[in-house]
Amino acid sequence: MLIFSTFLTFAFVSLAGDPRQNLLANPRFSQDSYDRLAHTYHLDASIPVRYWYWVQDVFTHKLGRSLLTSQAIWPDLTRVMGHTVQVIGLAEIIALVLGIAVGIFSAVKQYSIFDYLFTSVSFLGFAMPTFWLALLLQILFVDIYLKWNVRIFYTSGLNSGVASNTWSLDRLQHIALPVATLAIISFALYSRYMRAAMLDVISTDYIRTARAKGLPEWLVIMRHVFRNALIPIVTITALNLGGLLGGAIVTETVFSIDGMGFYFITKLGQLDVYAVMAYLAVTAAIIILFNLIADILYGYLDPRIRYD
Amino acid sequence: MTELGGQTGHEGAVAPPSQPIDGMIVGGDELVDATVSAGLELQVRSQWSYARMRFLRHRLAMAGLVGLVIVFGAGAFAGYASPYSYDQIDLNHLYAAPTLSANHFFGTDELGRDFFSRTIYGIRTSEEVGLFVAILSSIFGVLVGAIAGYYRGWIDNALMRLTDLVLTLPAIAILLTAAALWGSGSQWRITFILAGFFWTGIARIVRGVFLSLREKEYVEAAKASGAGDLRIMFRHILPNTLGPVIVNTTLAIATAILTEAALSFLGFGIKPPTPSLGVLITDGQNNPQKWWLTVLPGMTLVFIVICVNFVGDGLRDALDPTQRRVRA
Repeated sequence: MLIFSTFLTFAFVSLAGDPRQNLLANPRFSQDSYDRLAHTYHLDASIPVRYWYWVQDVFTHKLGRSLLTSQAIWPDLTRVMGHTVQVIGLAEIIALVLGIAVGIFSAVKQYSIFDYLFTSVSFLGFAMPTFWLALLLQILFVDIYLKWNVRIFYTSGLNSGVASNTWSLDRLQHIALPVATLAIISFALYSRYMRAAMLDVISTDYIRTARAKGLPEWLVIMRHVFRNALIPIVTITALNLGGLLGGAIVTETVFSIDGMGFYFITKLGQLDVYAVMAYLAVTAAIIILFNLIADILYGYLDPRIRYD
Repeated sequence: MTELGGQTGHEGAVAPPSQPIDGMIVGGDELVDATVSAGLELQVRSQWSYARMRFLRHRLAMAGLVGLVIVFGAGAFAGYASPYSYDQIDLNHLYAAPTLSANHFFGTDELGRDFFSRTIYGIRTSEEVGLFVAILSSIFGVLVGAIAGYYRGWIDNALMRLTDLVLTLPAIAILLTAAALWGSGSQWRITFILAGFFWTGIARIVRGVFLSLREKEYVEAAKASGAGDLRIMFRHILPNTLGPVIVNTTLAIATAILTEAALSFLGFGIKPPTPSLGVLITDGQNNPQKWWLTVLPGMTLVFIVICVNFVGDGLRDALDPTQRRVRA
C-alpha cells in the first residue's frame, strides 16, 4: 500500500512541473548546464525510472537530497518532526482527556444544560476552520501583549532565545497556542464520539444487569460503561491522526513553527519534488503504522474481534 | 406501505410512521370510499412528501435553510446586495473600523476597500466553489460507485485502492500538492481539483448500496423480465441511494468551502484579486490589530458551514431516519 501510494504521488508530483523553470529566468544560465542538471537529477528519465531512482535514494541515502538546495533531507525532517511531535502529542493528550471526560458527563446527563452546551461547542468546532481559530488566538494574544504589555503566550516561533529542543517554560509558552488550536478541533470530535459510544453501551442488556444486581451508579458507569465505550475511541484516535497532521500544516504556518507542516508548505512553494515526497512518504508511513497499532489494540481490547 | 415504498424505490430507507397520519391510505378502496363519502379530503402522500414533512418540522434545519438562503442570496446577487464594488478604493478611509455610518459595516482594508462588499463577493466565490464541487463530485461519484458496485471487476478494485490512498495521507496535504502544481490560483481549477478529490467518498457510499442490492430478489425479477443493465442500475437500484447521496452532497458543500478557504489561506488556493472568504481572512493575518479583517469574514464562513451542516442533518433525519448520525 505504501509503495502504491508513494508511486502515485510521485508520478503526480513529478508530472506537474519542472523545478528548473526558475533557473531559466537567469540569463547567465546556459542551456548546456540546464541539460546537465536534468541528467544528474534524472529529470530526463521516464516516471517509473525516476521513481526507481527515488526509492533507491530513500533506502541508501535516507530519503535523498533536496532538489533545489542539495541539502540532505533526513536531518531537516527529523528536526522538524521532533517539534511537530511535541505539538501534536500535547494537543492529542489534552483533547483525549478532556474529550473523554466531557463525553462521559454529556452521556450520563443527557439533555442537560451541560450536554447542550458542549453539543453546541462541538458543532462550532466542526464548522470552525483550523486556520481561523489559530488566527483568532493569535490576534487575542497579540492584543493582550500590545495593550497591557503582558506576555502570556508567544504567537510565533518555538523559542525566544537560542534554539534548543528541550522542554522549558519558554517552549511551553511558545507552543501553547498551536496546541490549543489543535486540541480544540480534536476535542470537538472526541467528545461527540465518546458521548455516542457511552450512550450505545448504556442501552445494552449487560448494563441493565449490572444495575439490577444493585451496583452503585458510579460503578456501573466507570467500570462497565466507560471501559467498553473506550474501544471505538481507539479507532477514531488513529483515524484522526491524519487530521491532526493536516491541522499541523495550517497551525504551524500561522504560528511560524519549524515543524513538519511548515516544512512541507515551504518546500511545496518551491516545488522541491524530493522534499515534498519525503514529507508525504514519512506521513503516510506514520499514519499506516498508527492504524496498524490501532487495529491490534482493538483486537486486544475487544476479544470478540478475531484476526485470522 | 410496501406498495408506496416500491413505487419510489425508497424501501427500507424510510421507516413507516408509527401512527397513521390523517389522509394516509390504510386499508384499500373501501376505506377510500368511506372517507370520500364522509366528506373528508383525502390526500395521497408519497415517500417524498413524508420526507418533506419531516424536514419542514426539523427546526434547526429550517433555521439553517433560512440562514443559507439569506447569505447565499446575498452572494448570488452580490452586485445588488453590496453597497460598494469589491475593488473600489477609498484612500480617505484606510483601515476604518466597522461602523454603521458610511455603510462600512465590516470596516475597510488597507486600500480603503469596503470590507462588507468584499465579504459578500467572497461569499459568492466560496458559494460557487462549494456548489460546483458538491454537484460535480456527486455526479461523478454516483456514476463510478454504481459501475463499481454493479459490475465489480477492475473499476471496483481501482476505486478501493484510490480510497485507501486517500486514507493514508492527510487530505489537506494531497490537495495542497495538487493545488500547488495545477491550481495556479484559478477558481475553476481549484473547483475541479476539489471535485476530483471529493467524489471518492460518495462513490464508496453508492458502491456499498449497489453491492448489497444487486443480490436482491427484486433485481433478479427485473432481470428476468428482461430489463437491461442500465435500466436496473438507474431505474431500480439508484433511487435507493438518493437519500445518502443528497445528504452527502449537502455536507460536501460545507467541506468544500472550508477546504477552499484553507487552501487559499495557505497561498495555494484562489489568489487575489478574486475575493474568496479564505483570501479575505489572509488579508487580516498581517494586521493582527485590525481584528475585523480576520474575524468578520471568518464568522461569515463559520455561519455558512453551520447552516449547511444543520440542513444536512435535517435532510438525513428526513430521508434516512434509520441511520444514526456520527460525524467523521
